[in-house]
Amino acid sequence: MTPSIDHPYSVGPRARRVLALVRKEVRQIQRDPSSILIAFVLPLILLFLFGYGVSLDATRTRIGVVIERPTPSARSLLAAFQASPSFDVHVATDRRELEGELALGTVRGIVVIPATFDADLWKRSAAPEVLVIVDGAEPNTAALVQGYAQGVVATWAGARAADYGRSGTDSGPEARVWFNPELSSRFFLVPGCIAIVMALVGTLLTSLVVAREWERGTMEAMMATPVTAFELLLGKVIPYFILALASMTLCALVAVFVFGIPFRGSVPALYAISAAFLLPSLGQGLLISSATKNQFLASQLALLSAFLPTFLLSGFIFEIASMPKVIQWLTNIVAARWLIPSLQTVFLAGDVWPLFVLDISVLTLFGAVLLVLAMRTTRKRVA
Amino acid sequence: MMWTRLLALIVKELLVVLRDPRSRTILIGPPVIQLVLFSFAATLEVKNVDLVVMNRDEGPSGIELIRRIEGSPSFRSVVPVHDPRALQRAIDEEKALGAIDIGPSFSVDLAAGRPAKIQVLLDGRRSNASQIVNGYLGVIVNTYMADENEHYRRTASIPRVTPRNWFNPNLTFTWFTVPGLIAIVALLVGLLVTALSVARERELGTFDQLMVAPLRTHEVLLGKMIPPMLIGLGHITIYILATVLVFQVPLRGSVLLLYGSGVFFLAAVVGIGLFISSLCATQQQAILGAFLFVAPATLLSGFATPIENMPDWLQPITMVNPLRHFLVVTRGVFLKAMPFSEVVKNTLPLLAIAIVTLTAAAWLFRRRTE
Repeated sequence: MTPSIDHPYSVGPRARRVLALVRKEVRQIQRDPSSILIAFVLPLILLFLFGYGVSLDATRTRIGVVIERPTPSARSLLAAFQASPSFDVHVATDRRELEGELALGTVRGIVVIPATFDADLWKRSAAPEVLVIVDGAEPNTAALVQGYAQGVVATWAGARAADYGRSGTDSGPEARVWFNPELSSRFFLVPGCIAIVMALVGTLLTSLVVAREWERGTMEAMMATPVTAFELLLGKVIPYFILALASMTLCALVAVFVFGIPFRGSVPALYAISAAFLLPSLGQGLLISSATKNQFLASQLALLSAFLPTFLLSGFIFEIASMPKVIQWLTNIVAARWLIPSLQTVFLAGDVWPLFVLDISVLTLFGAVLLVLAMRTTRKRVA
Repeated sequence: MMWTRLLALIVKELLVVLRDPRSRTILIGPPVIQLVLFSFAATLEVKNVDLVVMNRDEGPSGIELIRRIEGSPSFRSVVPVHDPRALQRAIDEEKALGAIDIGPSFSVDLAAGRPAKIQVLLDGRRSNASQIVNGYLGVIVNTYMADENEHYRRTASIPRVTPRNWFNPNLTFTWFTVPGLIAIVALLVGLLVTALSVARERELGTFDQLMVAPLRTHEVLLGKMIPPMLIGLGHITIYILATVLVFQVPLRGSVLLLYGSGVFFLAAVVGIGLFISSLCATQQQAILGAFLFVAPATLLSGFATPIENMPDWLQPITMVNPLRHFLVVTRGVFLKAMPFSEVVKNTLPLLAIAIVTLTAAAWLFRRRTE
């Protein structure tokens, strides 16, 4: 298709110029191995790391159970611990046998069933006590072990009361986990990883490529042509926008077909959310590159302002509500913080439009601000 | 003679790094930002949780239980809802991490000694936080039920679980993160300084001059190795001070053991840096190369998530990661007063990694000069 040459001042030439710029950029991407590396190889590496290497699930944690006196009740409680899928149990008769192992980290917890356990169970005056000692040097595992141990003891007490035909005791609250009944952390880590990938492609790659043009002076050469700053940025945004979406698509396919992450939402919703996130991401990349005009600084700034906040301040692994107030407030200006909930929802829960609409609006607003800033900087720099 | 030459080279390297404003920026900026962000934000603690509660019980027990949940410092808000759809919406839109559903006959069942039903609904999109919240709620509900049973004088036979956290009594997350950051910053700084110094000489063409200078290959290598190690030790020192003075993490073991192990860790890191830079032609490639190493090394080190949670085939692979071994030492020395023999056991792999990477780097260097 050749646009009309007869009307040089119609929409035709502008579209043609942008198209030519896009075509040039696409060729450059194809030729430059580092673009392909960042857009396709790095995402796959990250996805495999998050899919296999990073796991918060303390399945079969090694613990020690100390039975100070092998009474029937103590042995029955021990059997309950051994039957639990959460624990890999080592039995001892003295606490001191296991204390050294706890210090080395070879066991993460010690459950002590005291010698008086059985006697206390039958007394009405004293409640029997089970001591759970955990390795506080690993606080997350420690909290999980405490929770699981609590659950095992409560379930055991409930079953025992039922056996004796006694009621009133209860097995505690019954928990039901929506969207992720097996409680696999991979289910939220892999979609979160896709956000990191988009931030890397959108900000790091774009800032590197544009900074290189500034360094080599080809950007200024472009300015001397009839191309306007707006068209120039559009010529950069379009190819990297498409590249980032392609990279996201690859990751989503790997997530679903390799890692078995459920996809309960709709494909248009996934693309709408991703496209909205790419606006601020690309805007940030362009702003960094036109402000620094230097590849080295651009890469450092991109890693610090895009990769690190996406990893730390987005709620992807670390709960925002648990952070100090100042940092909580700071997360509001991190684009990924508005992407992660929607992204995890579209994979695990389905289409929750009230959530999506809010996130998409905030992201579009961020995108508009950053793109306008990027354009201003570009114009100013040339003048 | 060799020592004068070497010393000259070391002084020159240090000057190059410290004079260049760009390198100064990477030595100061990112480490400070990382210390602040990681120590405050990288927390798996679960606090300030938002819950919704649907109390269909009309008796006093449901209200009393809710009062206890509200009283727990872990929860920020406990919002009542009246129908299941509102409950579902709150979780769907991530307005609440979980919900408690108290059945209609809760008070009656509890008083009559029948099993009283409570259901906890949790958001699996954040399964780790959900499990921890479930643990919190389990403790509250079980304690409440035990108290009620005592109140009705039925039985005192529900065992109480007494939790005790060794090494870190309040499970303070910074006690876990910040000692780990000492290892991370040493890795980042050691790697970047090494990788950039060689790549920079390549880019400027001064590397060939260095190769024709009256210096043996191993002298050049030592000259490239020692300055990043000194800078890395400087960062380790600053981070140790911050850990003790700012974050108040108890230093229970020997600081000398930490430094001793740190030297071997830095040697391994510098070896990797030299290896990366001998493969790269420009600073740009060196930065990307360093990033490609740092990301997996951090994720597969046990820094954020324990190695024992990884699949069995992946765990042995982490043995080649120097960060994994040094993290055990930093955390062990700080929190567990790790003895000499254990430090040595975790330092030997670092020595092995250093020997392998430095030999490989030396071989690559020599090959490029010929």
